[in-house]
Amino acid sequence: MSLLKKKKRKEAEIPTSSMADIAFLLLIFFLVTTTIDVDTGIGMVLPPKLEDDIEPPPIKERNVLKILVNEQGLVLVEDQPSAVQLIRDEVKKHVLNNGEDPRYAEETGKALISIKTARQTPYDAYVGVLDEVWMAYFEMWDAEARSLGFPDYATYVDSIEEADAENAIRDKIKAAISIAEPDAA
Amino acid sequence: MSGHFQKKAQTKQEIPTASLPDIIFMLLIFFMVSTVLRETTVQVRTTLPQAEALTKIDQKRLVSYIYIGPRKLDGNRLGETGVQIDDALIEDTGTIRTVMYRKLIEQPKLIVSLKVDETSEMGIVLDVQQELREAGTLRINYSSRREIPS
Repeated sequence: MSLLKKKKRKEAEIPTSSMADIAFLLLIFFLVTTTIDVDTGIGMVLPPKLEDDIEPPPIKERNVLKILVNEQGLVLVEDQPSAVQLIRDEVKKHVLNNGEDPRYAEETGKALISIKTARQTPYDAYVGVLDEVWMAYFEMWDAEARSLGFPDYATYVDSIEEADAENAIRDKIKAAISIAEPDAA
Repeated sequence: MSGHFQKKAQTKQEIPTASLPDIIFMLLIFFMVSTVLRETTVQVRTTLPQAEALTKIDQKRLVSYIYIGPRKLDGNRLGETGVQIDDALIEDTGTIRTVMYRKLIEQPKLIVSLKVDETSEMGIVLDVQQELREAGTLRINYSSRREIPS
């Protein structure tokens, strides 16, 4: 009798207080293993396919800053050997020249950067050069945004997105980068 | 007065913890759902180059990847340069335009992310770009790592 009594008293409950801890452990495991990797890279827009019967518009030699990257990853800027780090200033001078120096572009809107590589050029040399050219544009946009009273270009972009306005800086200093075809070997 | 105090003391001061696991489970399920596992196995090595002028691609569903790099062979050896789209290695670069054109019809705002190994030669990259121009997928992105300032 006494045995039966004992059984009756025992309650068949699962302790739920540790459930939260178990769930927390699982949560932490997933938090740690999740990699929300944001893709980063250098954005470009390729030129559309050329129609055979339409000639490309003529461009004045003076408005083009020619950058050549050879098989060894060495750089020529306007036929002058140059270090990769110097390209940034060269691009800025070219784009913001406004007709002062006859070696550089006539006006900002017409300035064009042409990057030409050989077929054997290593990819990282090409990306290094392209990176410098883009950095030059980023810095020019930053400077332009500061002259308009914004701390930097990113804040300017946020402000025009709110106002749904045109990006005046990008229209003024247009990033015109052309990737030229290598000479047929 | 003392009666008032007694009344206050009688109210339960415990926070009900019974729903805590449910809250945590909700969080857990959110993370489980939002986690994206890599669904393609990359058959070429892509050590990305480093760059400074980076832009982020926020909308992942717009992105399609093209991998260019030396093929991974058995025993950590590397082979010829190969081009991979989704799961398949592309033997003939001429087929890229049809593959990418189909993708463009499905997603008109397509961004092509080129994951190119830093040791690759420009020749193959330019060939692929030429095919992309033929297909009409003009928005590209040279995938790069953030440069660690030295």
